[in-house]
Amino acid sequence: MSAHETPPPKIRVRDLHKRFGRNVVLAGLNLDVGVGESVVVIGGSGTGKSVLLKCILGLLEPEDGSIEIDGQPVIGLPPADRETVNRKFGMLFQAGALFDSLKVWENVAFGLIQGENMKRPEAKDIAVAKLAAVGLSAEVGELWPAELSGGMKKRVGLARAIATEPEIIFFDEPTTGLDPIMADVINDLIVKCVRELGATALSITHDMASARKIADRIAMLYKGEIVWNGPTGEIDRSGNEFVDQFIHGRAEGPIRMEVRSP
Amino acid sequence: MNFLQPIGRAFWGFLESTGRLAEFAAISVSHCVRPPLYPRLIGRQLVDIGYYSLPVVGLTTLFSGMVLALQSYAGLERAVAESVIPRIVVQSMTRELAPVLSGLMVAGRIGAAMAAEIGTMRVTEQIDALSTLSTNPHKYLIAPRLIAGLTMLPLLVLVGDVIGVFGGYLVSVYKLGFNPAIYLDFTWDNVDTLDVTSGVVKAACFGFIVALLGCYNGYHSRGGAQGVGSATTNAVVSASILILVSNYLITEMFFGK
Repeated sequence: MSAHETPPPKIRVRDLHKRFGRNVVLAGLNLDVGVGESVVVIGGSGTGKSVLLKCILGLLEPEDGSIEIDGQPVIGLPPADRETVNRKFGMLFQAGALFDSLKVWENVAFGLIQGENMKRPEAKDIAVAKLAAVGLSAEVGELWPAELSGGMKKRVGLARAIATEPEIIFFDEPTTGLDPIMADVINDLIVKCVRELGATALSITHDMASARKIADRIAMLYKGEIVWNGPTGEIDRSGNEFVDQFIHGRAEGPIRMEVRSP
Repeated sequence: MNFLQPIGRAFWGFLESTGRLAEFAAISVSHCVRPPLYPRLIGRQLVDIGYYSLPVVGLTTLFSGMVLALQSYAGLERAVAESVIPRIVVQSMTRELAPVLSGLMVAGRIGAAMAAEIGTMRVTEQIDALSTLSTNPHKYLIAPRLIAGLTMLPLLVLVGDVIGVFGGYLVSVYKLGFNPAIYLDFTWDNVDTLDVTSGVVKAACFGFIVALLGCYNGYHSRGGAQGVGSATTNAVVSASILILVSNYLITEMFFGK
């Protein structure tokens, strides 16, 4: 790379298409996430936010288009290469997706033990430190996931996402199902953890308070395409009718919810 | 010609499902022989499938052996019965009853549990979480179960053979009044290596079928609690049918003329 050449974005998505049967979910989506940037994709339910995330994570195979991580195309990689790419990732799932059969600390240390072959005692020390980073005590590490509240599950999920100190962290609806105070606590933790790691973050949400707090840049997804994309500070004067309707939560506007009359 | 359409669609669906199952089996088996393996998880499955299935397999084969002795006695002369019943019991148990009944009982106990556990992991995104943590779900979830199913069912069947023969002994000696020493002599004389081997081969095959279909149905479950319920039912029903079909094929292979 020459001195004048700009580095590739951490995540580059180009002309991404994904459909399920006749239902077109992603219709030529384009998105760049720069190194160290926190991008939040907003949009209503069923607009393809989760599908976008799953395509980037390699959990779904798109029909067309390209996804690059650090300039490397990742669609159709063999499983072993995919696992190598996934080592750059951390992911906070909407409902936590904690493993029921493992204790909390084992969940947090899972990526270290299985992915990096770390010895269990060493991995446990790191897990306890990561639990402390999200405000949970070492005693919580000895509990089972079924014994945790919704907010605690999110925190443990966040601790697991950051345990391997990934380069890119994905957040899937991080505040869904939480009360406003706990949602704000989680948002603060996300901002703190991402900053401390210097990681790149890609989140999806329909919670505007969360988006405003954790995003450097917001992209609005509608009918499988990004209809607006800009800095968080400009979202209130975007001049985009889709964005305006969404952030003000109005039923009237260009976004039509597919609700059938009884 | 419209009536042909649903038949064609059903046949196409059957081929598609068979292909998907074969692909799933091939990927999973390849992970059983490629390192790294997970000894801790394999050990847990060995205990779950082997040790915890002992009571149900033991009771099933014990009572089957007892019923076999009792049923065979009806209509036989006493002098003939003393030599025939031990043979009937030991041959039936080793060739057929121990492997088939153990396979069906384990399908109900273990196949259903595997489908429910993996199905719940699927619908709660735990399987997706495994992938994002650089862990192959086939290697972590499926391979240990296949290895345990393949190795533990033959052992269970060998134990079942002994318990089933013991059941026949109990009824013959304590209810029908046979001489215990003569009963044991006739039993030992009629233990055939081929019978035991065929039973063990069947058991290994059934163990693989139970684990594979339990994992496959769980792995592909969709749509929350109802999807997990369907996966569990499908796992038990499809494993039971495949056990009976493969039982015939293996019997044909060993004893067909």
